[in-house]
Amino acid sequence: MGVGIEVTNLNAWYGTNHTLQDINLNIPANHATALIGPSGCGKSTFVRCLNRMHETNPIARVTGTVRIGDLDIYNDTTPVEIRRRVGMVFQRPNPFPTMSIYDNVSAGLKLNGYSHRQSLDEVVEKSLKNSALWDEVKDDLKKKSGASLSGGQQQRLCIARALAVDPEVLLMDEPASALDPVSTSKIEDLIFQLKSQYTIVIVTHNMQQAARVAENTGFFLNGRMVEFDSTHKIFTNPSDKRTEDYITGRFG
Amino acid sequence: MRQEFKTRTRLRGVVDKAATFLAVLSTLLVILPLVAIFIYLIIKGASSLNLDFFTKIPAPVGESGGGMANAIVGSVTLLALASLIGVPVGIGGGVYLAEFGRGTKLANAIRFTADVLNGVPSIVMGLAAYSLIVVPQHHFSAFAGGIALGIMMIPTICRTTEEMLLMVPHAVREAALGLGVPNWRSVISITVKTASPGIITGCMLAFARVAGETAPLIFTALGNDFWSTSLNEPIAALPLQIYVYAISPYDDWHRLAWAGALVLIVLIVLAVSLVRFVTSRGVLKGTS
Repeated sequence: MGVGIEVTNLNAWYGTNHTLQDINLNIPANHATALIGPSGCGKSTFVRCLNRMHETNPIARVTGTVRIGDLDIYNDTTPVEIRRRVGMVFQRPNPFPTMSIYDNVSAGLKLNGYSHRQSLDEVVEKSLKNSALWDEVKDDLKKKSGASLSGGQQQRLCIARALAVDPEVLLMDEPASALDPVSTSKIEDLIFQLKSQYTIVIVTHNMQQAARVAENTGFFLNGRMVEFDSTHKIFTNPSDKRTEDYITGRFG
Repeated sequence: MRQEFKTRTRLRGVVDKAATFLAVLSTLLVILPLVAIFIYLIIKGASSLNLDFFTKIPAPVGESGGGMANAIVGSVTLLALASLIGVPVGIGGGVYLAEFGRGTKLANAIRFTADVLNGVPSIVMGLAAYSLIVVPQHHFSAFAGGIALGIMMIPTICRTTEEMLLMVPHAVREAALGLGVPNWRSVISITVKTASPGIITGCMLAFARVAGETAPLIFTALGNDFWSTSLNEPIAALPLQIYVYAISPYDDWHRLAWAGALVLIVLIVLAVSLVRFVTSRGVLKGTS
């Protein structure tokens, strides 16, 4: 099951660049939450702060608190531990190029020392079914490399890989922006199904996509969160003038 | 305008053909010396190759016949020892440079040292091993030769490993970290594995280079006319044996030297092909 995320006074820097300023936000469990805003507004940095990927950049710095479930991720735990509980899907599909489809999906478990053959088989099948890729690859699981799949399939493979470690939260950083419309709609259907089991945070440039998959939407601008509300309210009756300007296409 | 465009297109076709021709010509020039040497070796050496060559030790001066069995075994021993030292240290160093020490002063110092070491003449490497190992021990040994060759392998392997690791896309590392894989595990199982074809090529280059080295062995392994497989004794090696026979005044020794050179090249080709074959098994369809 998913857990909620509680962000308090989050600030983030790259070097001297203050990319996130005083973000306060509650993301409800088992819902999909969309983050929209123009390029460079800090959406990606924000999701990278939720699984401590931000700090893999040596010049990056973070202050504030993020609680995922009952865990304060910056004080109670290690980056490795939190990343097992918070899965991430990146903008460009990034399967491990030298690994088979099977090994890609089971990588998270295997690399953490889990090697029970039969349960690995089960996890791989379940994850690929959850990511709606099973029927397309079930005959080539160990024969084909992850890199041999099409772009859309690769992205669903990456989703399966993230699901295999059984996270509570799934972060998706523009998961469909490198894909064609057919693949995009498959990913969106998938998000729709997955939110019953996971808390999903999805960054997107596509406002129709936000409207289709997410109950709640946050609008980011210049490193600040301008508005956070139900998706319906954001798109029909936003409280902030800047949100309205953005969604009606007057800037950004 | 349109006329000018036509002329340009025609010119572009000519330039294209000329460039292709030059590229093909350069390729042929690269292959030519290798093919020429190989053919010459076969002409000169193949006639002296017989079972004795592979089973007997060198015959004393004045007697005909004899072989280089001890030198073949010696070369294999020396190269195994050298690889045992050069491959792990070289790869380890390369992993440090690319993954852990990036941008640090230590890494820059190591990189610089490796590049200088790569340019040190091989005879100097032999002298270093001589003064550090042979002199304190008061005798020549296979051990000293293996170490000299192993040290020569390190800079090549280290720098290729670094280059190959840096070519692994950042996205692949992030994918591993994003799964909650510890950094060290991600480096070993993901980054190094992804770069492994290139790293293996680097190891093979270093191996092939030291396989033919004579100079570092003169003061270390010394050479041996008799059977010896002890690491603590002087040991024969193909390049040493070829050197000794080639500068000798005897015709049949000259022929044996040619045969030895042929065998050395064939052994290197076999070793490299074997490693390629073994490591290419299990590569999947569509791996880029």
